[in-house]
Order: sequence, then C-alpha cells, then structure tokens
Amino acid sequence: MSSIHPLKLFPVKKVFFFPLIFVTVTLVVECSVAGVDMRYSIWSIVNQALKGNRGWTPVWREPEPKLHYDIVIIGGGGHGLATAFYLASRYGMTNIAVLEKGWIGSGNIGRNTTIVRSNYLLDGNEPFYEQSLKLWEGLEKDLNYNAMMSQRGIINLYHSDAQRDAFIRRGNAMRLHGADAKLLNKNELQKMCSFLDFENARFPIMGGLLQPRAGTARHDAVAWGYARGADQRGVDIIQNCEVTDFIIKNGTCTGVRTSRGKIQADKIGVAVAGSTSRVMAKAGLRLPIESHVLQAFVSEGLKPVIPGVITFGAGHFYISQSDKGGLVFGGDIDGYNSYAQRGNLPVFEDVCEGGMAIMPMIGRARVLRNWGGIMDMSMDGSPIIDKTPIAQLYLNAGWCYGGFKATPASGLCFAHLLARGEPHKVATKLRLDRFQRGAMLDERGAGAQPNLH
Amino acid sequence: MIINHPHLGPRDAAEFTILGDADLLKRPDWQAGNADYAFYHYLYLRDNPAGLHRELWFHECGDRSWLIVTRDTVTHAVLDVALARDVALSSKKPKVGKGARAAKKARTKKPAKGCIAEDSPK
Repeated sequence: MSSIHPLKLFPVKKVFFFPLIFVTVTLVVECSVAGVDMRYSIWSIVNQALKGNRGWTPVWREPEPKLHYDIVIIGGGGHGLATAFYLASRYGMTNIAVLEKGWIGSGNIGRNTTIVRSNYLLDGNEPFYEQSLKLWEGLEKDLNYNAMMSQRGIINLYHSDAQRDAFIRRGNAMRLHGADAKLLNKNELQKMCSFLDFENARFPIMGGLLQPRAGTARHDAVAWGYARGADQRGVDIIQNCEVTDFIIKNGTCTGVRTSRGKIQADKIGVAVAGSTSRVMAKAGLRLPIESHVLQAFVSEGLKPVIPGVITFGAGHFYISQSDKGGLVFGGDIDGYNSYAQRGNLPVFEDVCEGGMAIMPMIGRARVLRNWGGIMDMSMDGSPIIDKTPIAQLYLNAGWCYGGFKATPASGLCFAHLLARGEPHKVATKLRLDRFQRGAMLDERGAGAQPNLH
Repeated sequence: MIINHPHLGPRDAAEFTILGDADLLKRPDWQAGNADYAFYHYLYLRDNPAGLHRELWFHECGDRSWLIVTRDTVTHAVLDVALARDVALSSKKPKVGKGARAAKKARTKKPAKGCIAEDSPK
C-alpha cells in the first residue's frame, strides 16, 4: 500500500515530456479557447500565471430554465450531476436540465468521508461497485478535472477466526468479479500499520482484508468536475430551483412544477438521496426508505500517520487521513429517523470508543469539527435504480451510507436507464420491486430494519 | 435527546433503542386474501415524514417497556411519549360502555372476515 500521495494540482505528469512544437501549438490553442471551454492543462496554468490568474472564468453557466427538456434530473448532487454527464458524454443526449434546490454539491457529496472501494460480497452488488471503481480510475481523464483520486487501499480488520473466514469468502467473491483483494495476516498487517492495538484484550487484531485499488477522492471536486463536464456538453445546471410538484396525466409524468416555473420533460429522473421520500411523496409514492442521520468527524491536521483507509471489524468505525492531514472518521448512523443534518452525542461517543479500541494513539488527536448528512436508508441496505409505477418517472435512491463510492456507476447506470429504458447490465438487481418479489440484496443480513444496515 | 418516560420521568435517549414507525403496531390480518400485499406494505414501505413522526422506542437499559414517542424529525424535539401497551389496547378495545359482549363479538368477527376473504378470488 502506498503512502499518502502529495497533493497534485492537475493530472499533467506525461505532458512534460512532449516536444516543444506541441508546447507551442497547445499554448496557442489554449489561449484561443480560454474563457469559454477552458481545458485544464499545465499550459492553461502557465498561461494564467503569466496573466496574474485574472483570466479564469466560471466553470459552469447559470442558465434560465427552458420550458422543455428531453430529460430533467432532480437533484444536483454527485449522482444527479454524474447522470447528466454520462447522458451527455456516453449517450449523446444534451437537452438535459439538472434541478437543484440549493447549490450543487450542498448535500451528501459534500458531507461524506470520501472513501472509494468495491469490497462487496453479493452478486447484485459487487459487479456494480467494481464498475464504479473502474470509472473512478479513469475519472480524472474523463472529466479533465483533478478529483484527487488516490488509490491508497482499504483494510477491513478481522478479530476472530470466524470473521477471517467470512473475509476470505468476501475476498474470493470480489476476485471472481474481477476486483482485487488480498488477505493480510497479523505480521503483514503489523508491517503496514504498526500503530494498531494488536493485543487489545477484547478485540485482538488478527489481520485484515486489503483492497489495494480502493482509496479516497476529493468529494467536492467530484461534484464540480461532473458539473463542469456536463455543462460543457450543453447540460443546464439550474440551482436554487426547488421542485414543488410533479405534473402527472393519466399515470404518466410529463414535467415538474418548480420554484422557478413549470418545466416540461419527456423523462424525469429523481436522485435526491435523503430527500427521496419527501420528493416522491409529491408523486404519491411510498418507498422502502427511511431517512437517517450519519455523522462524520475530522481531527486537527497531523503529519501522515494513517497509510490508507482502515475499518474496525468488531464495531463500526472507519478512518482515513485527508491530504490536508486531518483524520477523517465515522461510524454508525444515529439510528432514528432524521432530516436534521446533525446527530447526537451518544453516537459521537461510540465512534470515538471504536477509534480508541483499534488505535489508542487517536486519543491524542483533537476533533476539529463534526457534521451530519441525511442517508436514504433502504430496507435491505442496497440501492434502487429503476422505473417507478408512474410512466416516465425514474428513481435513483436508497444509497444508505455508501453513495459516494457509487457516484460514477450510479450516474452511468441511471443514464443508461433514462436513455435506453432498460437497466444497465451491472444494475439489473437494483430494482424497486425486489422487496415485493422477495429478491432482497441484503449484504449484512439484517432484514427489513434500515437502521441496522 | 431526552425522552420523558411515563413512569420514570426524563431519561437519556441512549438508554433506548428504536424500532421504527409506530404503524408497525398495526399488523395486517395474515388470513386476509390480500395478506401478501398488505404485509409488503407493512414490512417495507414507510411514510418517512420530515416533521412529526410517531415511532416505537424500547427502554432497553431501563424498565424494558415499549413506548410510542412522537418526535419532530427535523428538530429532534420529543413532543409526546406514551406506553405502547396503552396505545395498542386503546385502539383494539371497543369504546367504554359497550361492555364485554361487544368486545367478544369484535374478537370473533375478525377470523370470519378472513375466511371469507381467503375463499374469494385474489
């Protein structure tokens, strides 16, 4: 597992070695297009540096909503923006609007703990998350935007023989689906993370399941990169535009009423995470979803101490270190329905106890801040990307607290569904009717109890 | 959050565990013709409101009673607390004054209804 990557400004390494003639041509091209569709490169930075950085223009437009779009996407978060980007870039549809109640990226895409991974067990989940990780690996090239994707690895710790066996099974499931997984014994783990409390009396650490390709990405940059990419391809990103009602005629959704007027659309996609139940209630639908608050925490900035992402196997605790040096960590959801975007102290205490159990050194770090986000907890812990009983109305929801890592695949699969009218091949099991059919995707085996997933 | 227990007074919410929406008390009739559909709604679908929410809490670290807590999901304010037992019994019992005969009638009526529904085409 690599140590923490230095902060890179733009993915430009290879460009340094190109011949001078290319340099000249590129400079001319960059200068000529600067201001409208500015592609980021080393030359655009040099160019701007020479001009005192006064030539940077807004990264996306602020268009007025049109009366009609081919597709309207409700929710300008990671998933909504990714959907618009992939619709435009891979499915050739550009007459699209993304409607956002507040400002883009103001929800969970700006509130998560930035972990990217594909270490799932079940057949309906693992191919989807592996598709997502593959998209993450090419994301910065796709977007021409630095999402600070850093494949520093994730280690799930195990504390008993039974848990080791379960992790071996999960690792094998991952490898069968083309993902990477490596079982670490205690010695191997000690070489990587000597600071862990291996001899903890209650939860001795026996080893871990490592996924080397997992890691972290800069959450805000993901939203901004997708927004910029979608906008450059003609998608209208309309902020401060709250959907107040759906226009439904004879069981077909034909548009939405918003705080900025009526907008007609051939198809409407909803990707609003924690607000899913509230928004879909306007269309008369009740969903297998509860909204819960998940808290996240950041410590003061420290020198590099944690090499990748580490998760506790005996409780619920996960931790990584941001490029700024802050320890980013979290644990369980609070457990009660909430729309408050803030949690309570008992879970705060529980998370800190989890941290102390695996790495007592964390007790020396001071918590700088904490916050909460609203999770759309589904009844089996797995997401939904599907049509709804109302024609032309599509739903992307139920991400529980795993939505960030899923952002690219969620966008791609939702775009596929909206463009083609059929599920993407890696999302065939993420159906809304699976609860009625008894075809749950219950990774944890917790049953219809959203606060246990 | 502080939950004002009907017997024990104000208690820290950390002493409790939450099950979910209080509608879980309204278990459908398993013998009804549409039982599969009714149980799908009962088990999986939720109103999930932003605002007032009636929910079942269990006083796990206390007297192990089940409570119905009315809470605002936007502010976390606890507005009302009642014993789930009282709520469940009051919703099943006939109104005061009708007597035991009416209660017995109500009890025996339900299975009969279920049988008829079961025979009818789905």
